[in-house]
Amino acid sequence: MTDGRDRVFDDRTPGVEHQESTANFLSYTAGLGLAILLTIVSFVVSQTHLLWPPGIPVGLLVLAFAQIGVHLVFFLHLGSGSDNTNNILALAFGVLIVFLIIAGSIWITTNLYENMMP
Amino acid sequence: MTIATIETVPTGVPMELARGRGGGGPAPKRIVVAYGFWIFILSDIVMFSGLFAAYAVLAGNTAGGPTGRELFNLRNVFIETMCLLFSSYTCGLGALSAERRQPGRFLVFAALTFVLGAAFLAIEASEFAGMVEKGAGPGRSGFLSAFFTLVGTHGVHVTSGLIWLIYLVAQVIVKGLRAAVLRRLLCWSLFWHALDIVWVGVFTLVYLMGDFR
Repeated sequence: MTDGRDRVFDDRTPGVEHQESTANFLSYTAGLGLAILLTIVSFVVSQTHLLWPPGIPVGLLVLAFAQIGVHLVFFLHLGSGSDNTNNILALAFGVLIVFLIIAGSIWITTNLYENMMP
Repeated sequence: MTIATIETVPTGVPMELARGRGGGGPAPKRIVVAYGFWIFILSDIVMFSGLFAAYAVLAGNTAGGPTGRELFNLRNVFIETMCLLFSSYTCGLGALSAERRQPGRFLVFAALTFVLGAAFLAIEASEFAGMVEKGAGPGRSGFLSAFFTLVGTHGVHVTSGLIWLIYLVAQVIVKGLRAAVLRRLLCWSLFWHALDIVWVGVFTLVYLMGDFR
């Protein structure tokens, strides 16, 4: 179990790419390029009227999610490989909690504000 | 499922024999350590989500004080973002050199990562100092309390990441790139990438949403 076949059985871990080194360097560089592109688009969208103005917050959110996805895939190497299941499951649970805390807080407090005396 | 069964499988390994699915024995230490640290990072992000929620709720409560539009300088924020993004990139390349046992290259990338992270912190510190000078300190309004807590907590994380990096570079110089040091480096690079992910949330929700036209 110590030869090359050992790798086949290994789980994967975030941050480690089990591929040849060139693919690795390329993956970081591609991630950097995509992240820069998404950042620039975010800043441009927020400062201009390229997007329909009431849609800007939604556009910014979509761009942020896209960039987080780029970071996860290209920098943390969280792909959809079958041996990545544990990492993805933990991430999915984290995302659920984050969503509950943020959306729940905004929902409850907005409701409280609406019921406040003016 | 025994080891003997596994040994007789030449190629095309069945899914149920993969580690983490009940076969093939326990996972290597490296995988276990990184998975545990991944859980820590996710819990850290859950903590940040509480601060994000507080900011989202309090962003409009300026109590007659300055708003984000009057305070934020998007040019600086863009430079900060690029610093952190490029430091994430050099951190990745540094981790790559460490994996390939190239201590010289690793040290160069670690130095670059440190400089970029320190530049980020310097810009952030001058931004905070300028705001406090204008009378827009954390005590001015609910919006500013939430702002300083959220962005400041991220800054504290970056600071501790830089201190941790110095400590790891010293370990690499003294002990070399042995397995235990590599595991610590892996945890650190996960931490650093995670900080960049949190920053994506910060610059979008705090700076861009607070200042779009």
